[in-house]
Amino acid sequence: MIKRLLALALVLVVAFLVFPLFAQMDERAEVGALAAAYLSDGPALLGAANLVTAVVVTYRGLDTLGEVTVLFAASAGISLVFGTLGRGTRSADAKNRDDSRSTGRQPPSELVETGAALLVPLIFLFGVFVFVHGHLTPGGGFQGGVVIASGVLFAFLAGTLHHAPHRLLGVLEIVSGAGYVAIGLLGVWLALGFLDPRFLPLGEIGRLFSGGAIPVIYVLVGVKVGAELSGVIDAMRQRSES
Amino acid sequence: MTQILSVLSFLLMGIGMWGLMSRRHLIKIVIGFSLVDTGVHLLLVAIGYRTGGTAPIVSDHLPAGLLSERAVDPIPSALVLTAIVIGLAVTALMLSFAVRMYERTRSVYIDKNKELKW
Amino acid sequence: MIVFLSVIGAMMVAAALVALYSKDIVGSIVAAGVVSLFASLLYLVYGAPDVAMTEAAIGSALTTVVFLFAWSRIREMEKNPSDEEGKR
Repeated sequence: MIKRLLALALVLVVAFLVFPLFAQMDERAEVGALAAAYLSDGPALLGAANLVTAVVVTYRGLDTLGEVTVLFAASAGISLVFGTLGRGTRSADAKNRDDSRSTGRQPPSELVETGAALLVPLIFLFGVFVFVHGHLTPGGGFQGGVVIASGVLFAFLAGTLHHAPHRLLGVLEIVSGAGYVAIGLLGVWLALGFLDPRFLPLGEIGRLFSGGAIPVIYVLVGVKVGAELSGVIDAMRQRSES
Repeated sequence: MTQILSVLSFLLMGIGMWGLMSRRHLIKIVIGFSLVDTGVHLLLVAIGYRTGGTAPIVSDHLPAGLLSERAVDPIPSALVLTAIVIGLAVTALMLSFAVRMYERTRSVYIDKNKELKW
Repeated sequence: MIVFLSVIGAMMVAAALVALYSKDIVGSIVAAGVVSLFASLLYLVYGAPDVAMTEAAIGSALTTVVFLFAWSRIREMEKNPSDEEGKR
């Protein structure tokens, strides 16, 4: 009880100290100077129609590289923790497999199976569409990768996929991660700096092959995020039947 | 309109912080972290908003020349994009530790894991 | 617009309180997903469609699924107690 009161008092003190910051926030009529420079120079300089993509891939490209690294480290950690989980219980499971005290998972219904057979290819196609068109419409590598991971999750739940293809996922991650850094280094040699996407032709704004190397970078990021999140989902799901 | 979003983000951060300090169930503590994350992202997007602004995407309705007058700030959107993905990774890692803690102490409440407390 | 945003905000705060105070764990996980869904709606209204798409896909879908997988692993371990403790 005392601890709960202390926690409440702490939250209230912090809220009281921080509240003037939130209450005085006025609505801005003009964006800041840096944002104004990006908005006025961005489309002409980089050729990308979606300016948020241009900021994520080019102006703050190093942060995206760091984020891909953090995602890799987190997914490696999750696979490590769930890989060694329940080593002691596996023999017990084999013993009372015939026991009716199992988790009682039902096989997926026919509606789910048929729906999965029809929908999973469409979900993958939509995910690929989202990250290939990331520089033209709202979307991009991360959104497309997450859509692909959702498609893989659907395939797991419907029972069409029993084991994730670990070697394929590993190869995809290696190729896309190395490809991302390789494109960054190509920017050093062929353009003005690391992760500068202007060594491919800029094209005109709004067409698919525009924006230099931005679509290539986003395709690699999309594949990498999709493969990693599929690996995470595979590590976390239950395997009560083999 | 910015004030509504900033007050809402402040409330969410407060509720999340209160929940993560006062709840004893492991899953609810992780939910508290996730609520604080959502609050912070809402605040960042509120900072980037501009009166009557629209999305910073060049299209037929918004030629490139008008971007400086009509578009919202693209930088906080880029930062929040990164932050949401990292938030998912960290939440999944926290949940994997919660499952490991349950396996070790057989209790889903945090009262059994007080070794670090003085 | 102000009324609409205030109503969405009030529903978000109510869902957050339900997520933390509900006795049923699956209910609180679903309520956390509802908070993310409303946040995605707000991002769209405030001119950030990329962020709205990301939050809807990650916050509402994948985070809820990851929570449910973890909870179902805990429930499975609860129902099948093993002979030995977990390996170190």
